[in-house]
Amino acid sequence: MAITTPSTSTIDVESIRAHFPILHQEVDGKRLVYLDSGATSQKPLAVIEAEEEYYRTYNANVHRGVYKLSEEATAKYEAARVKVQRFINARSGKEVLFTANATAALNLVAYAWGRANVREGDVIVFTEMEHHSNIVPWQILAQATGARLEFIHVTDDGYLNEDDIARVLELRPKLVALTAVSNVLGTINPVKELTTRFHEVGTTVVIDASQAAPHMPIDVRDWDADFVAFTGHKMLAPTGIGVLYGKRAVLEATPPFLGGGDMIREVHLGNTRYADLPYKFEAGTPNISGAICLGVAVDYLTELGMDRVREHEKELVAYAMQQLSEVPDLKVYGPPAEDHGAALSFTLADIHPHDLAHILDRENIAVRAGHHCAQPLMEHYDIPATTRASFYIYNGHDDVDTLVSALGRAREIFQL
Amino acid sequence: MEDFYREYILDHYRNPRNRGTIEAPDITYEDSNPLCGDEIRIDLTVRDGVVDDVKFSGRGCAISQASVSMLTEMIEGMPVDEVKQITKEDVLEMLGIPLTPVRVKCALLGLKVLKGGVYGIDGAADDEDL
Ligand SMILES: Cc1ncc(COP(=O)(O)O)c(C=O)c1O
Repeated sequence: MAITTPSTSTIDVESIRAHFPILHQEVDGKRLVYLDSGATSQKPLAVIEAEEEYYRTYNANVHRGVYKLSEEATAKYEAARVKVQRFINARSGKEVLFTANATAALNLVAYAWGRANVREGDVIVFTEMEHHSNIVPWQILAQATGARLEFIHVTDDGYLNEDDIARVLELRPKLVALTAVSNVLGTINPVKELTTRFHEVGTTVVIDASQAAPHMPIDVRDWDADFVAFTGHKMLAPTGIGVLYGKRAVLEATPPFLGGGDMIREVHLGNTRYADLPYKFEAGTPNISGAICLGVAVDYLTELGMDRVREHEKELVAYAMQQLSEVPDLKVYGPPAEDHGAALSFTLADIHPHDLAHILDRENIAVRAGHHCAQPLMEHYDIPATTRASFYIYNGHDDVDTLVSALGRAREIFQL
Repeated sequence: MEDFYREYILDHYRNPRNRGTIEAPDITYEDSNPLCGDEIRIDLTVRDGVVDDVKFSGRGCAISQASVSMLTEMIEGMPVDEVKQITKEDVLEMLGIPLTPVRVKCALLGLKVLKGGVYGIDGAADDEDL
């Protein structure tokens, strides 16, 4: 890969864009300004080619065949696990489980760990800024077990409410589910500090790192959380591959989730001995090419340097906030750039986000409009929806400038 | 684009007709578009088989709000049997702007709620394709 010299501290957006074929198409002479990486990222050529190479040259099932193709597929699949392990600084590949996406990873915790550990009257905590995938599994678990739900609300400037944190700590919850970075407000939460505080009262900590893993260095050993979930398609990999990190001792003590092939050591008609980690949690034929491509995506990001990715996006978000603040009647949500990830939500006067996204689409700008799978948060701010621009390594000041001038057009169309 | 957000669309969005609720409606129905969270409720009173009063509430984009506002104007004083005959083509024609498939959903939410009301809940389910 020909990425800019690692010595420069910033990312050279033009050279990055060269790796993303999709960014080179125009509509009516207008360049694609893709500002929806929070929903899914675009894919570099290296990933697209890795997928093709798998199907063209070594497609075979893993962990089964004794022939060369299967050995190659197995070796590459397992090599991808090691790449992910290093990317998140896990102690061992046994702690890295491949899943379909973050949703599947969080549900695995809710169903397998949850049903084995949560009892009637236990307290489960999550925050008001969670994605629905880190809300609904806990509601289902609470319904099934008779556990009680408690919430950490957000402040008006987009931080977690400290009074709520103190209050729920007193309850010594069984589990807390917390996003590392909000997909709506952009808030970067103090994962390490909160994990320490919840561990002090014996709480198991589940982190949704879906909006963190693509955008900043993450170190699961430093965080010390029990489970960490994220999803490949937001970090340059294809859809259908995700990761659940679990601390080895916790995973060892957790019963399997899905039963089937690949997760067994011995099956008798009456009983089964399960396979060792990580296979105990990977029943059935996995997404082989997806995992391999996630490995390639992780290589790409590692070569770029996650510190630089974060620096680039922090600078870009600060620039975007500054430029957007000059658009009359525009309100930006969430904390200032230091504590802000790559997603920026805003509203513009009385223009409904759907209308706004539609107008921006006419300028070939792709943004998200809606509740972003975070309806409780919309309720908090008493808005039906926001418009969200979310940034990644291929976005630059020019994208922000195009956005801002299109917002001016929207104001004209709505006669503001 | 100017074509799309025509003067009268913006006028209905900013100054919706028949906005509000009716205290003791003969028919009330609400629905939402789960994709965007737009929600609309329509209250009706019916006298001698004719729509006597109609009010709508809820929130959404300019297209859904203008559409339901115009729809309430259209059905005031209309026999309920005729209301049942209103088609999606009628609504799209009434709006008079070109719409993409996603925005057609916005435009038709009001009609979906209206039909749900006049047919009762079961009828609405049958009319899934609205
Ligand atoms: C914070 C957060 N968590 C979880 C998810 C769910 O990811 P997936 O749909 O890939 O499971 C998303 C993606 O929308 C997200 O932004």
